Amino acid sequence: MTLVESSISIRDLDLRFGNVEVLKGLNLDIGVGEFLVLLGSSGCGKSTLLNCIAGLLDVSDGQIYIGDKNVTWAEPSERGIGMVFQSYALYPQMTVEGNLSFGLKNARMSKAEIKQRVSRAAEILQIEPLLDRKPAALSGGQRQRVAIGRALVRDAEVFLFDEPLSNLDAKLRADLRVEIKKLHSRLGNTMVYVTHDQIEAMTLADRIAIMKGGQIMQLASPNEIYNRPKNLYVAEFIGSPSMNFIKGTLEDNQFVAEGLTIPMEGYSFAEGSRRSGAAIIGLRPEHILTGDNLASAVARAEAKVSLVEPMGSDTIIYANLGQHPIHIRMDGQASVAPGDMVEIGFQPARANLFDPQSENRL
Amino acid sequence: MADTSTRLLDGPRGPKPKSNFSRRNIMLYGTLLLVAVYYAIPLYVMIVTSLKGLPEIRMGNIFSPPMEVTFEPWAKAWGSACTGLNCEGLSAYFWNSVKITVPSVIASIIIASVNGYALANWRFKGANVFFTILIFGAFIPYQVMLYPIVIMLREMGLYGDLSGLIIVHTIFGMPILTLLFRNYFTSLPEELFKAARVDGAGFWGIYFRVLLPMSLPIFTVAVILQVTGIWNDFLFGVVYTGPDAYPMTVALNNIVNTTQGVTEYNVNMAATILTALVPLSIYFVSGKLFVRGIAAGAVKG
Ligand SMILES: Nc1ncnc2c1ncn2[C@@H]1O[C@H](COP(=O)(O)OP(=O)(O)O)[C@@H](O)[C@H]1O
Ligand SMILES: [Mg+2]
Repeated sequence: MTLVESSISIRDLDLRFGNVEVLKGLNLDIGVGEFLVLLGSSGCGKSTLLNCIAGLLDVSDGQIYIGDKNVTWAEPSERGIGMVFQSYALYPQMTVEGNLSFGLKNARMSKAEIKQRVSRAAEILQIEPLLDRKPAALSGGQRQRVAIGRALVRDAEVFLFDEPLSNLDAKLRADLRVEIKKLHSRLGNTMVYVTHDQIEAMTLADRIAIMKGGQIMQLASPNEIYNRPKNLYVAEFIGSPSMNFIKGTLEDNQFVAEGLTIPMEGYSFAEGSRRSGAAIIGLRPEHILTGDNLASAVARAEAKVSLVEPMGSDTIIYANLGQHPIHIRMDGQASVAPGDMVEIGFQPARANLFDPQSENRL
Repeated sequence: MADTSTRLLDGPRGPKPKSNFSRRNIMLYGTLLLVAVYYAIPLYVMIVTSLKGLPEIRMGNIFSPPMEVTFEPWAKAWGSACTGLNCEGLSAYFWNSVKITVPSVIASIIIASVNGYALANWRFKGANVFFTILIFGAFIPYQVMLYPIVIMLREMGLYGDLSGLIIVHTIFGMPILTLLFRNYFTSLPEELFKAARVDGAGFWGIYFRVLLPMSLPIFTVAVILQVTGIWNDFLFGVVYTGPDAYPMTVALNNIVNTTQGVTEYNVNMAATILTALVPLSIYFVSGKLFVRGIAAGAVKG
């Protein structure tokens, strides 16, 4: 995706809590109307980054631009943002209407305008019948809708979401996920969405920024992140069940490990990377071919099944390829039992090679 | 298939029956009863004695109910008992106590709640130092400060005056109340505060419109602590005010310790109950809220 114009620009951002450096020299440009997801495990600094964008934390160094204004020192309310929190953070003593209009009243907007904006937001989010209720009388999904409404009424250029769906049960989470996506295509404003759930990230994002230890490990489209992870961390983090890794060496355009040789024809090496020496191959469970699909395999091998996990739509098989333990995703109807030998096939074009030292993609 | 009810066999079924006279209950309620009686007996004796005439008291049986109920002692305690030289009863001093307690309670709670709010939510520069000093203040024995404050008040021209005592009470309530409010505000979800900032509410906007409405329990705790503490205070009252401005506790002491004439036990009892009436009724009215507030954050570090 090429950025026409950037909506949020974060430049060399540092953030320290006392001596603890949480964000280090972070750079990130987010396009106008883009849906960017910050994905990472707990404690990697996602919320901290979001709070910096919102102006809820004073940055230690660097600059933040929203639109083309330098907002590094601006108050949260002056940044043209709306924010949605994990715990909803609704004002418990105000009605839904009070919650929606609180920010507008603070901005000294006229009564008529407030009324119009509140009813528009309520209509979009289908919470009109709830306007007179207190938050305590709402379900989790309704509360989160009100919280989104609070951002909506402000007509913000930028929406910031901090794990908005984490407190909901699985069914509601899936429903609201779809609604947020619809909302984005309807409003077309920039959204920055923090989550630790990769399904949410993959389904919602235009681009995903994978974070670790306060740094961005990879910033790319969901497709690229899934198919061409830039380093071992991203490769392992994305995908469930996770990628198989086997240590070996690369020679003569072949990957060789103990009792295993995979020709790497069709693998597109990263620019300027070496073609020989120690390497780790990463194979997604769903990219290891079995049964009818074997025809398209470039190389084959046999693996001994040790455990079978049927999940309905597909079956996960834990097997030993020589002495390398691997897991394979098979068709849900496959009939295999522990102890069986299964024939598996590899597609080098979909494999991933990493340098064991630098952990970067080869 | 057979009717499902036939599958039930004899034996335990449905909710387990609870015995009201289990050993555990007897122990529990027995202990509670004992403690209740232990605390109720002095009160009973006081009430009974205050309703008796002096001749009846001299007969000696302090537990027996009055043979002839008289409200004379109450009237005397309120209106004409002698505190030292003047004999006007407690009424004037009751109003002194009101004039001391009300402003001190209001001032100390307003200041401490804003302090606690600022400490909990706006981590300003030096907040930790400020907080440490404040907490340290809670551990300094009053006796150390007694005389320096006399000098300070005298320099300000407030010594012997009600307003001097009000200032002293307000200041001495500060450490514990600030701690109380700080802990309560810290226990509220931080995201609420952040949401309010995004919504453009400032320091006072967040305090008044967001936090205050959800802080009734902790304000109740603070009011109870302060009203009872200040109303029951004797030391500061006797040190920092003059005879005209004495609070009710000091006057009570003077009535009870009057050395002239006979000791009027009934009047003393009535005066004591009158003095205790304010804190007592506060507890009765707001006991439930008090417990809720204590549970909500007063005890949380
Ligand atoms: N107020 C704070 N003081 C000190 N450390 C903090 C504070 N807030 C967050 N941290 C630390 O910063 C790191 C990142 O936190 P956060 O951004 O909340 O992570 P997450 O990615 O789970 O949202 C964590 O290691 C956390 O311990
Ligand atoms: Mg977080």
